Amino acid sequence: MEVKFNVRRYDPESTDAVDHFQEYLVDMDDSSTVLDGLIRIREEVDGTLSLRCSCRSAICGSCAVRVNGEAGLACNTKIIDVLSLDGKTVTIEPAGNLPVIKDLVVDFQPFWEKIKSVDPWLQPEGEEPEAEYLAPDEDMLHLAGVVSCILCGACVSDCTVMEVDSNFLGPAALAKSYRFVGDPRDDSSQQRFKTLNGYGGVWDCTRCMKCVEVCPKGVAPMDRIMALREQVMESGYKNTNGARHANEFTNSIKHSGWLDEKKLVIKSFGIFNIKAMIGLIPLAIRSQRAGKVPPIFHKNIPGVENVRRIFEKVETKK
Amino acid sequence: MKYAFYPGCVSRGACPELYSATIEVCRILDIELNEEALKGASCTGAGVLQEKNLRLGDTLNARTFAMAEKSGNPLMTICSTCQGVMSQANERLLADPEYLASINEDLKEEGLEYKGTADPKHLLWVIVEDLGIDFLESKIVNKLNGLKLAPFYGCYIVRPTKALGFAENSGRKQALEMVIESVGAEVVDFPGKTLCCGFPILTINPENSVNMVANHTIDAKDRGADAMVTPCPLCHLNLDGYQPNAASARKREIDLPIIHLPQLLGLALGISPEKMRLNKHIVSTKKLLSELVISP
Repeated sequence: MEVKFNVRRYDPESTDAVDHFQEYLVDMDDSSTVLDGLIRIREEVDGTLSLRCSCRSAICGSCAVRVNGEAGLACNTKIIDVLSLDGKTVTIEPAGNLPVIKDLVVDFQPFWEKIKSVDPWLQPEGEEPEAEYLAPDEDMLHLAGVVSCILCGACVSDCTVMEVDSNFLGPAALAKSYRFVGDPRDDSSQQRFKTLNGYGGVWDCTRCMKCVEVCPKGVAPMDRIMALREQVMESGYKNTNGARHANEFTNSIKHSGWLDEKKLVIKSFGIFNIKAMIGLIPLAIRSQRAGKVPPIFHKNIPGVENVRRIFEKVETKK
Repeated sequence: MKYAFYPGCVSRGACPELYSATIEVCRILDIELNEEALKGASCTGAGVLQEKNLRLGDTLNARTFAMAEKSGNPLMTICSTCQGVMSQANERLLADPEYLASINEDLKEEGLEYKGTADPKHLLWVIVEDLGIDFLESKIVNKLNGLKLAPFYGCYIVRPTKALGFAENSGRKQALEMVIESVGAEVVDFPGKTLCCGFPILTINPENSVNMVANHTIDAKDRGADAMVTPCPLCHLNLDGYQPNAASARKREIDLPIIHLPQLLGLALGISPEKMRLNKHIVSTKKLLSELVISP
């Protein structure tokens, strides 16, 4: 089949160093991958195209790019599965949220900095064992997904928070942190929680699930971030907007069966957070004027006692 | 067709216009709403309760599903976030019969049992899959010709695709565009349409949240959109309510009305804008409505 590759190009050394799309028409097999196509372009059509790849087997994590706007490994994406509506075109761009060095090659330095900042190594305490630090198989099972991470950067590429805030630790680093927090041999969780609870940590995730969707290895970074939030709160960090938000949300359902929006906003910011309270005034006035305000008295849903009973039953199970 | 109606917290709270528009639109589209069936249903947890206790969220959603089953009507929601949270809960409950049985133990006292037949569906999917686009078109009295609309889905109605059944229901990926075109309007495509509006971090990191509002509304506006349409009331709240903040952060005018999906349908079905409280938005719809070329 003839495939039209629409590839985003950028060469900082060219005289007109602006990024642009370049089309390549290449004949490919039905079984070919996007990486097969890119390599054919580089080797047979245009030797100036730069890309990064190695194993071609979804193990090394080198070839993450955006295919039709969504991150994934070029080597495990079949062309036939991603052809656009015209049945012919595939658009390839470099991974997002990382600086482009040339064409499809991005600079991973900011990625590694964030991974490093979560201390991605085991920190056991106490006397060193004679041989390895051992852990029971059953205690490691829940880490099976997260240790599959191949550090390809697909999740970082498409993270909707990193797009607006380069300070956010991001899905890859946070999933890596979970890998050590959840390891029974690690004794530095309290220290790790301090970092995770801070600015740019677990609370900045929007829960958009982009990382879960694009991860080629089933790591589900967002699910790990949610698990970390629970542990951060349980370890005693309760006085952040994020923790207050989760607590007040839960309380609202427990007591009335549904969400008390007014109370949630105020309690999340903290009622004594004068600056935030003043900041809310224009919104409150705008909303009031438009009639877009929740009822003054927040009524319970009918049969709320059944909801409360479920809370009591399930919460005691934990 | 009759549905067990799950309005969600926001249409009963800060977005009363969504509720009124839905009621009006469903009447014209012959969608009978059983409002009694889920009167006692709780919030889905919106993914936030799930941060604290996943099992608790699954139990509350199983309770809602059991109530819908009991009514004999399929469950319909009007919120992308409710849709996603319910679909994810349903996936977990159906994947593990032992888990479902233990959850049902906690519902027993109320006389409820979730048998596993619920298939929660957003109004958007009900229109595209149950009623059909042809049926919708047969009811349209005002073609919204000339109107340029940017779709904005809301994360939870597009991800994760597996729990949302995208493979089995291929129309879900383009459902909003299909509806926009069927009412005669033009789709303004833009990459942000399936990304995050920033609502979940509104009280946690307001600066990031407002930046997301700014990026999406400005991009849609600059691509020529007259308005944005969304099936998610949470996206509406942020994109509408915080648009003035986004405009002042970027030091420019944005002025992009954010229309709920039922309000768009209502305009094409001949329902008056006042009845759907289109005059009750933060970003005024006045200019949009006055410029709207309505042709029967």
